[in-house]
Amino acid sequence: MTGTGSLIRLILRRDRFLLPLWAVLLPLVPVGYASSLRALFPTAAERAGYARVSADSAGFVALLGPLHGSSLGDLVAWRSGFLLVLAGLFSLLTVIRHTRTDEELGRTELIGAGAVSRPAGLVAALLVALGANVVLAVIVMGGLIGLGLPVAGSVLFGVSFGLAGWAFAAVGAVSAQLSSSARTARSIAIIGLGATFVLRMAGDVDALGGGALSWLTWVSPVGWIQHVFPYGPSALLPLFLALAFTVAAGLAAVAMVSRRDIGEGVLPARPGTPTAGAALSGPIGLAWRLHRGMLIGWLAGFAVLGLVFGGVAKSIADLADENSSLSEILGRLGGSTAAVDQYFATALGMMGLIAAAYAVQAALRLHDEEGTGHAEAVLATRTGRVRWAAGHLMFSLFGPAAALLVGGAVCGLVAGLALDNVGREVPALLGGAAAQIPAVWVLATLAVLLFGVLPRQAPAAWGALAVCFFLLIGGAILQLNHWIMDLSPFTHIPHLPGAAATPLPFVVLTALAVVLAAAGLTAFRRRDVPAI
Amino acid sequence: MAEAVDVTGLRKSFGRTQALDGLDLHVEVGEVHGFLGPNGAGKSTTIRILLGLMRANGGTARLLGGDPWSHATDLHKRLAYVPGDVTLWPALSGGEVIDLLGRLRGGINRKRRDELLERFDLDPRNKARTYSKGNRQKVALVAALASDAELLILDEPTSGLDPLMESVFRDVVREEHRRGGKTVLLSSHILTEVEALCHRLTIIREGRTVETGTLADLRHLTRTTIEAELIGLPDGLAALPGVYDLQADDHRVVFDVDTDTLEPALRKLVDVGVRSLTSKPPTLEELFLRQYRKEPVR
Ligand SMILES: Nc1ncnc2c1ncn2[C@@H]1O[C@H](COP(=O)(O)OP(=O)(O)O)[C@@H](O)[C@H]1O
Ligand SMILES: [Mg+2]
Repeated sequence: MTGTGSLIRLILRRDRFLLPLWAVLLPLVPVGYASSLRALFPTAAERAGYARVSADSAGFVALLGPLHGSSLGDLVAWRSGFLLVLAGLFSLLTVIRHTRTDEELGRTELIGAGAVSRPAGLVAALLVALGANVVLAVIVMGGLIGLGLPVAGSVLFGVSFGLAGWAFAAVGAVSAQLSSSARTARSIAIIGLGATFVLRMAGDVDALGGGALSWLTWVSPVGWIQHVFPYGPSALLPLFLALAFTVAAGLAAVAMVSRRDIGEGVLPARPGTPTAGAALSGPIGLAWRLHRGMLIGWLAGFAVLGLVFGGVAKSIADLADENSSLSEILGRLGGSTAAVDQYFATALGMMGLIAAAYAVQAALRLHDEEGTGHAEAVLATRTGRVRWAAGHLMFSLFGPAAALLVGGAVCGLVAGLALDNVGREVPALLGGAAAQIPAVWVLATLAVLLFGVLPRQAPAAWGALAVCFFLLIGGAILQLNHWIMDLSPFTHIPHLPGAAATPLPFVVLTALAVVLAAAGLTAFRRRDVPAI
Repeated sequence: MAEAVDVTGLRKSFGRTQALDGLDLHVEVGEVHGFLGPNGAGKSTTIRILLGLMRANGGTARLLGGDPWSHATDLHKRLAYVPGDVTLWPALSGGEVIDLLGRLRGGINRKRRDELLERFDLDPRNKARTYSKGNRQKVALVAALASDAELLILDEPTSGLDPLMESVFRDVVREEHRRGGKTVLLSSHILTEVEALCHRLTIIREGRTVETGTLADLRHLTRTTIEAELIGLPDGLAALPGVYDLQADDHRVVFDVDTDTLEPALRKLVDVGVRSLTSKPPTLEELFLRQYRKEPVR
């Protein structure tokens, strides 16, 4: 296809940092799992004990998929269940970024006028995503074989990992044809990914009880791949299903791109209303319109997160009772309540960081609105700068807070039902989730400060979030100096439920957030707009 | 207070770029004022300072009698602005954007809005992401022109419009001016538009004002092109100061002449006898080209 080669080079150049980030780092995770699982369960008996509990735990099966066998390879492949979803996510985002996003920005038109054939852009994006997954698969194989895992199993595992990416690269390609908006195309593809995950989850959990819904797994590409069991029975049929799915969806996307007009979607764009509703009458009404999709999406996401985190509670408690080595890891104090509390404190800490990602995304809407010129249009009306910024700030503060409360409440309810202790778990987990809010606000208002003081560098707030992530995940294991650990506001949040809590850190963090927001808004009032 | 815009010696730098370097701009209440300059001359920067979006490094700027930086929101109640690069919220329909901007300004004339939509041939139901550049510009124009603002600030408002829509735009601006005595500051590249609409104009280059005045004033500074068929051969025409680019070929002459030298030059032609004569008045185009030639300012 004319032009495909040069378009591939263009994509590789534009994504030279982004692509290796997931294609290389993601496959290192199962390799890491292999070495830590080996250290954690050095003998076959210990592995068998761990596998026995896990294979029957609804929570684990829901999150990670079914477990078959108890060899090190079996455990690694099983633990990596969620990574398949991530490979799918990154693949579909890559394809959409280089197809519909470019098209929406008018770049495709520029290229389309040159000497390239009609589907060349789509084919180039697809080939890059497929290639990235080949790299990913090779790293998985190499890493696991290097650690001494069986060669055949490791090759099969690598292939199935890569095929998960392939299947969703093709899903991304199809959804990029459906809508004229990149945002909608992303939503369609991600909802598709989520749906295949939920189908697999329902089918697998149902199969535990020998239920009649276990076929649900078999309508889901994620389900197919998780039923390969590369180190055990090594079923090949699911791999062929995934391959056929990829080819069929890829060809469908190419057929669609050749048939539609540039800039258009296959699905007709829904017309809007000819006049504005009463709500769309001021900066707050506008902010609501711009944030509501994000808010609803995150609230739903946190409800699911709460469901998943809470659903595992029972098996954590059982596990702690059965496996003393794991209970030590999970709850150094021993005893199943302590282990469950410890687990929830960690889970809620993760939720806090995820909520901070939402907070940063929402706060950076200020930056986006300035960059697109929308801010200029609003600020040339009688809307003052602070009033305009406050609309967005409100959503970046209260949106994540609401998401945390929803996540904590759902988590508490599900865990409480499973442990027969709703009266304790709901307030405990709601409180633990609420405890994260001041730290989340510090990150949101840091983004506001950057927006005011260094408008071009405002996206550096993502870097601050990445540092917090790193300190939470790696800080304790790497035994970092407490000075460095203290940089993250999340370090100062007590580990709830379980730990003792004093009001001081909450007051200090909230005060810090107020200062950051005030400083950011003051600087914004004094600077040029647009400055991006 | 007779000046809607009163800018003197305005300076603004972005890092090492000196965007404005002592710019003057005076717009009287009730006039349509053209604001001309090549790309990067500083038109948008001047407008952003007038809107209190940017702060000047030097000089003075007054808008409707107030300070644009410290009284921004009060002044904004009295004006409507169409930015140079119109971008709209992609998920909102054109009609929603028009109503939103109107409400943010403090009200919109519904009847006028619907009439303008019709005249600009714009479907308000379409989502903004589906609009072309021209249609986005129409959205911003309808929102501004349907407001009851006393001052319209339009930054290259027709750069994406087709000729038909451009003429609609001209009609509408004339109407606005006639009906409400609105003041209009129109930055533009399109010379015929400025010629057709503006009472006075200001030409800027590299952040400085190079010319300002009525069209008649500026034509004064320019050359007329004369083409004549003569009976004899004129003498000493080339020697007249103020005659340029003389081409003589048999009995035909073509030359440019400064307005001040027009009379003595014509006398020379009449002296030898004229068979036919055409004169082309200077167009703003020529004026513009001459001001823009890359010789340094002053
Ligand atoms: N935000 C900014 N940062 C840096 N330079 C700018 C900025 N805005 C404008 N400039 C520069 O100032 C000069 C004047 O720009 P502008 O006012 O946009 O000109 P015009 O509207 O007449 O085309 C140009 O050289 C431009 O590159
Ligand atoms: Mg401009």
